[in-house]
This record gives sequence, C-alpha cells and structure tokens, in this order.
Amino acid sequence: MDFFSSADLITALPLVFLTGWACILLLVAAFAGKRPGLLPALSLAGLLATAYLLVSQMGLEAEAFGGMFVTDGFSTFINLVLALGGVLSIALSYDYLQRMGIAKPEYYVLMLFSLSGMMLMASAADLIVVFLALELLSIPLYVLAAIGRPDARSEEAGLKYFLLGAFASGFLVYGIALVYGATGTTLLSGVVAAAAAGLEYPIYLVLGAGLILVGLGFKVAAVPFHMWTPDVYDGSPTSVTAFMAVGAKAAGFAALLRIFVAAFPSISEQITPVLFAMCAATLIIGNLLAISQSNVKRMLAYSSISHAGFILMAVVAYGNDAVRFDVVSSALFYLLGFTFASFGSWAVVMAMEKGLGRGLDFKDYAGLFRRSPGLAIAMLVFMLSFAGVPPTLGFAGKFYLFRAVLEGGYVWLAIVGVVASLISAYYYLRLVVVMFMQDGEPEVHHEPVLKITAGLTAVATVLLFIFSEPLFAWASQALLRIF
Amino acid sequence: MEFLLQPLNVLTFSPVVGVLVLLFLGKRDGLSRWVALGTSLVTFGISLWVLGLFNANDPGLQLDFAYDWIQAASWNIKYAMAIDGLSILLVLLTTFLTPIAILSTWHAVEERVRDFMVFFLLLEVGMLGVFLAQDLFLFYIFWEFTLVPMYFLIGIWGGAQRMYAAIKFFLYTMAGSILMLLAILWLGINQGTFHLPELLALGNIPAQEQFWLFLAFAAAFAIKVPMWPLHSWLPDAHVQAPTAGSVILAGVLLKLGTYGFLRFNLQLFPQAAVELAPAMATLAVIGIVYGAIVSYSQKDVKKLVAYSSISHLGFVMLGLFALNAQGIEGAILQMVNHGISTGALFLIVGFIYERRHTRELSEFGGLWSIMPVYAVLTLIVSLSSMGLPGLNGFVGEFTILLGAWGAGQGGALGSIWFTVFAALGVILAAVYMLYMFQKMFLGPVTVKANEALKDLSWRELAIMIPLLVLIFWIGLYPKPFFALMHPAVEQLVTLFQTAAIP
Repeated sequence: MDFFSSADLITALPLVFLTGWACILLLVAAFAGKRPGLLPALSLAGLLATAYLLVSQMGLEAEAFGGMFVTDGFSTFINLVLALGGVLSIALSYDYLQRMGIAKPEYYVLMLFSLSGMMLMASAADLIVVFLALELLSIPLYVLAAIGRPDARSEEAGLKYFLLGAFASGFLVYGIALVYGATGTTLLSGVVAAAAAGLEYPIYLVLGAGLILVGLGFKVAAVPFHMWTPDVYDGSPTSVTAFMAVGAKAAGFAALLRIFVAAFPSISEQITPVLFAMCAATLIIGNLLAISQSNVKRMLAYSSISHAGFILMAVVAYGNDAVRFDVVSSALFYLLGFTFASFGSWAVVMAMEKGLGRGLDFKDYAGLFRRSPGLAIAMLVFMLSFAGVPPTLGFAGKFYLFRAVLEGGYVWLAIVGVVASLISAYYYLRLVVVMFMQDGEPEVHHEPVLKITAGLTAVATVLLFIFSEPLFAWASQALLRIF
Repeated sequence: MEFLLQPLNVLTFSPVVGVLVLLFLGKRDGLSRWVALGTSLVTFGISLWVLGLFNANDPGLQLDFAYDWIQAASWNIKYAMAIDGLSILLVLLTTFLTPIAILSTWHAVEERVRDFMVFFLLLEVGMLGVFLAQDLFLFYIFWEFTLVPMYFLIGIWGGAQRMYAAIKFFLYTMAGSILMLLAILWLGINQGTFHLPELLALGNIPAQEQFWLFLAFAAAFAIKVPMWPLHSWLPDAHVQAPTAGSVILAGVLLKLGTYGFLRFNLQLFPQAAVELAPAMATLAVIGIVYGAIVSYSQKDVKKLVAYSSISHLGFVMLGLFALNAQGIEGAILQMVNHGISTGALFLIVGFIYERRHTRELSEFGGLWSIMPVYAVLTLIVSLSSMGLPGLNGFVGEFTILLGAWGAGQGGALGSIWFTVFAALGVILAAVYMLYMFQKMFLGPVTVKANEALKDLSWRELAIMIPLLVLIFWIGLYPKPFFALMHPAVEQLVTLFQTAAIP
C-alpha cells in the first residue's frame, strides 16, 4: 500500500527540502567545531534555495497526503515571509552571538527546524498536522530561548516558555479531541462536510474551536494568554527574540486563519464574540502595559502583543463570506509590514546592546541621533511604521486592516483599534524623543550586518509603501483554499 | 517624464531637491542656510509660475492630473493633484512664508543647522501636498506627514519644555486625524473611490451618514484649527517652538485645518454642513471671545500671540459656516491675513527674544525710544491684527461679519447674535493688542538691560518688509485676491442652496 506518492512530495517540496537540509546540517554541526561561519552560511544557502522553490510554486494550488497538506497562495505567501524572516534572523545572529560569547553551531539547525514547523503550520489542513507543526516549531524555540546559558535570565526564559507552551499545547490537543468527537474527523475538509451534514452535539465543535483558539492564542501572544511574552522576549538573546517575534506570530496566525476561515465558518456566530473580546482586550492591555516600560526590549515585547491584537481585528470578521478574502489578505499584508519593521528595530536594539541584557533601557538610547544618525533615522522609520504613520508600510497595513473591519461591519472594533493606535504612538514617540531630543553618549556597536539590515528594512518600509501596488495585488491573490 | 513635469508636482517636490543637496553637502552651517533659502525662493518662484498658469475665471480644478496608484484588491486610489480658487492663495502663502521663516533663523538656530533646514523643507513639501492633493488617501498621507517634521522642529530646537510640547502636538493631531481615516475608509468602501472629484460627481451620500462623516472629518480639522475646546495643544506648541516654527505653525499649519473644513466638510457633506452650521458657529464665536480674553491675561508675549490665533481662527470658522459667498471669501482672505499678521507678530517676538532671551511683558517698557523702527513696525502689525481699516485684517474680518450677518437673517446661521458676539471679539482684540503694545513700548524704560538694545538689522528689515507690503496691499486693494477665489466660491455656495431645500 502506498503511503504517499511522488506528487505529494513535489507539492510539499520546499518544506521537504528544508527539513531534509536541517537534518543534514545537524550532522555537519557535529564536525563544524573549528569553522564558526560554516553553519550560518549553509543555513542561509538552504533558506535561499527554499525561497526559490517557494517562488517557483507561486500560483500552485494543490492538496497532498490525502488532503492533510495544502499548498495554496496563502501558504506560499506566509512561507515566503517566514523564509525572509529566517534569512534576516540568521544574518543578525552571527556577529551578535560571537559578541555575546554564546555562539553554538546547533543554534542555526534549531532555527531551521523551527522554521520547518512554522512552514508546515501554514500548509496544515488537518488538525493533527497542526499539532505536529506546533510542536516542531515550539520545541526548538524553547531551546533557543535558553541558549544564552549560563545566563540565568535566558534559562528562565526557556523554562517559562517551555512550561507555559506545553500547557497551551494541552489545550490545543484537547480542543482537537473535542472537534474529533463532534465530527468524527480531524481533516479540515471533513469538519466542514460534517458540520454541513448536521451534528448531533454541535456544542462540542464550539468548545473544541474555543480550546484551539486558546492554544493558538498563546502562540500569537493574545491577551489573556500573553503573560509569558515580556519575560521570554526579554530574557532570550535578542537574535532569538527577533526570530520568535515574527516567526511564531506568523505561524500562529497562519494556523488560526486557515482553521477558522476554512473549517469553522459554520460556528462563527458563537466564536466571533469571543474573538471580538480577545482582540479588544489584546489591543487595549498590550498597549497600556507598553506605556509604562522603561526597557526597550520589554516595550517591543508588549508592542508585539498589541500587533497581535491588530491582526486579530481582521480575524474577527472571518465568518462573513463577503469579506473573507479581505480578512485573509489584510492580515497577510499587515504581517509583511510588521516583519520588516520588527526585524529592523531588533537590529537597532542589537547594535545598542552592551552585553546580554545590558544597555537596553530608554536612557541608553539618549543622543543616538548625534552619535549614529543612520541608526536613529532607521529606528524612527520603524516606530512610525509600528504606530501606523505614513509614509510607511505599517500605515498601509493598518489601512487595509481597518477596511476589512469596516467591511465586516465592526465599527466599534475599528474605534478601539484607532484608540489603540493612538496610545501606541505615545510610547513609540517616547523612544524617538529619547533618541533625537535628549543628550547622551550612547555606545553603539558598528557591526555592518546590523547596519545593513536596519538600513535595508527601513528603506523597504518606506519604498514598499510608495510602490505598494504589487504587494497589495500579491496579498489579495494569496487565496486560502476553501473546502 | 510627463509625471515629473506636471507643474504641481514640480511645485510640491522642489524642496526635496534642496533636501538632497543639503544631505550631500554635509554639516556646513553657513552653506546650509543659503541652500535652504535658495530652495525656498525657487519654490516661491515656481508657485508664481503656477499662478501665471492659473485662470482666475475658471471655477473648477486646474492643472489637474490623476494617475492610478493602487488599484489592486479593489482599492481605487489615485495619485491626483489640482489647484483651484480655494487653494491657490494658501499655496502662495506657504511658499511666501517659508523663505521668510528660513531667513529669520539666521542667528536664532545655531545648532544642527543642516538638520533644521532639512526638516523645514520637508515640512513645506507636506503642506503644499495637503493643499494640492485631490485624492483622500494622498491627502491623508501629506496631512500626517506634516506632523513628523514639525514634531522634530519643536522637539529638537524648541524651548525648555520642548519634548512635552512636541509629543502633545503629535498626539493631539493624530487623535483627530485617525478618526478622519476611518471616515475616509468608509467613503472609499461605500463610494468605491478615494478621488475627490469622482466623489463629488457621485454626490449621493445619505444625510444620516453625512452627519457622522462630517463629525469624523471635523475631529481632525477642529483640532488642527484649533477650535475651542480642542485648543490646549496650541499654546504649548507655540511657546516651545523656535520662532521659524511658530511662524509656519501659525501661518500655514493651522490653515490646514480651516482648509480641510472648506475642501472636504463643506464640499462633501453639504447637508450636514447646513445642519451643523449653527453648532460650528457657536464654537467659533466662543473661540473668538475666549481667545481674546485669555490673550489679555497673558504675561508672556508669545503666549499672548498664540491665544490671539485661537480668536482669529474663530473668525475664519464663523465665515466658513456662514455658508454664503461673502462669509467664505472673507474666511479665505482671513486665513491669508492671519498667516501674514500673526507670522509677523511671531517674528517680532522672536527679534526681541534673540536680544533679551525673555518674553515676559514685565521685562519691557519704553522700548519706543530705544528701538523706534522696531516699535513702528510692531504698531503697524498690531493694528493689522486687530483689524484697523486700511490694513489687511479689517478687510477679512469685515467681510466675514457681513457674511455672518447675512447668514443670520434667513441664512444658514439663523440668528444675528453670532455676528454681535463676534464683533465684540474685534473690540477685545484691540484691547489685548494695545495692552501689549503699551506694556512693551510706551512709558519709561524700567529695566536697565533694555537700554543698550539695538534696533532692527537690515536682515530683519528684509524679513519684515514683504509682510508689510502685503498688509497694506490687502488692506487697500484686496480686489485681485478676491478675484482669484470668487468663481470657485460661487460654485461652492450653490451646493448649500440645493442642500438647504429638502
């Protein structure tokens, strides 16, 4: 009996290649002791090849492995964003890890495995595969968070992330079990068919969906499942934080969008109020907590919670068939803008970090404009993008997002979002004030990779806004397969 | 090429050329000043060229163009600009005040001159863009973009409380504009376009929606104007801003708000405008009286001038919401007048501050005998600001009061009391301006430090003379200014006549 065919492998080729490459590099890592540059170079090469395979798959829409795996415009978009994130993460990591004295060859392998999990998440069309993907992405991340060993804060971050993450996985599995109990299948297409045929106990489907939301809400750091975020972001080495902030969020939202939009539209009446409350709480609490931070890393952690809230704004309207595509594509577009600004700002943070966890306070940034105008201006661009001020990609993202919300008819949610943007502008501007308007003698590490990354992402944030037509077109065509 | 050679594009983005030159030159203070001044003068020249191309008899949009910008995902966003009788005077005001403001920084800004000039020229780009944009999306981008350079001008080169003032300025303005963003999106979704001429041609926004959209747009504009009770950011921003920043802030940035009302609230939502005119006029009149009274109680000259802006812009708002030709024409002229007179007043405050490093009224007295030229100039500007016949302020305020009176008798306002109280504002303006003049210039010299003050230099005179010429020109022969706006205003007013019928 055939478990799978070669056609299945071809549909999943980018993922299969990346996972295989990560396995090979695991062996290479064992012998790479004396050449610290070898693994990052090979990892980069592997990621670029994966990206090439992804680009060649553009426009493809196919199922594989008996419908458990899907390649469509949606998965290709997310996976390319993830590949971009992976490339930037590895580029940022090398010098940084050397400087902090925590360079280890397996670091890059773990990153690749985690990326494989994230990419699998975007293609998963079966709840069991979602669970597998979640574990594959999470377990390397737990290790990465603690890779600053023997730094106690990094170890604490790893342990905390692991304990709470394992707890959240439990919720997810329980939710999957309940969905299975209600519908007799874990295939998303099967869930849709069963719901259409009528369920004996529909309440279990609702409960299951709710528990799945809890599990994924933890991964994307949505309130009230956000408690781990500041400590883990703050304690992890900054290069890991940068990877985690974008990667885990993108993967979590990929699963959330696919599962809810494709499989659970029938229970949107019950789920939407929950999403609405979660989204509003995330927006308000994430932003309010960010105001009082005096540490840039923690401020960015809370701000990333609030960005999860913004993306959730789009998800709230998922049950409305007329705007379903705008829901998905506005979330994707926002994610792309967030990726650029996020990596750019982490690059600046890394340039300012004196040692693990030192040099991260607002006051350490005083006078940055005089000392290093390029970095300060790049950071300004990222802060404006986060706050949604034109001319940046972040503004275009919010514009698209608010449209989806208004089209869905959630005017009050849009107003909550508006208030949240305003609050967020306050703390982003506070950092700008410190950098540009206060005097100080900041210490800056002039590492070319950091400067190039910050510069390129800043330029991209502005230029991709002005010439945003192709991106809008791409995001709006990144269709999610509907069963 | 065709895109780049559009006159309005050339006008809007000519300061960018100066910015690039400045960045290329590096940190050479003296040269930076000249490059910035030269750029702003060239921009002024280009605006005169645009004026030459402008046909004053045409009520519609001119030199207009619209390129598709974002069409994907069923957006219909265009890169569209045009100029018409409603905007041309404000464009000229912007390009006219910018070189004057730059010239005023010659000795006032000594630190990071290059950066100052870069932000200043970027600010000019933003302001011109706001006046010229004909697509709501593009308008919003320029609108928000003006915040960024002004934020830095206040925050880096401002006074002791500059950081507080800069953040307050940014957040206040953003609070309003983000509500406007939702309204813009609503229009885009429901009308299928962001292009203003297309929206006006459709002209089918239901009355109930007009009401809410009007309020959302008004939130952004009323904060910018600022209308009472949303004015509290203004004194902080003005007092902390450097002189050139204050000149542009009062001269042009506040007009972005009144222009927004004129361009969007009146044109897009005529029914709501008719419905809400008495309410807006009430706020305007409260602003007139409140601004005047608070001005009188100030001890700091710059604060006094700042609060007087609230009063003056109340007149502009009253004229706009008279919703008749006289009122609106008076309002547009008064926007220009306020830019000139209050800009000149801030310059005058700046001159004395550079000499004494204080702005307390009690520190001065008897300056007439020490600085006679300065005193005479101040007197003329003060008289213009309080509306003395023969000077520019009178023409604007009088036309507004006539318009409001007409609107009070069977027009949009429905009561003549608005005019009565506004006229009271004219008297109060005389009180606080003369009080200021008396405290500073008359009587004996009470403070020893003032005895050695030098009168105005040639550079300072060169800054003031163009402003004085305009003060007299508009005061004595305003006809050419009215002629530029008249056809466009006539066309606008017909909207309210049809809107008022049902």
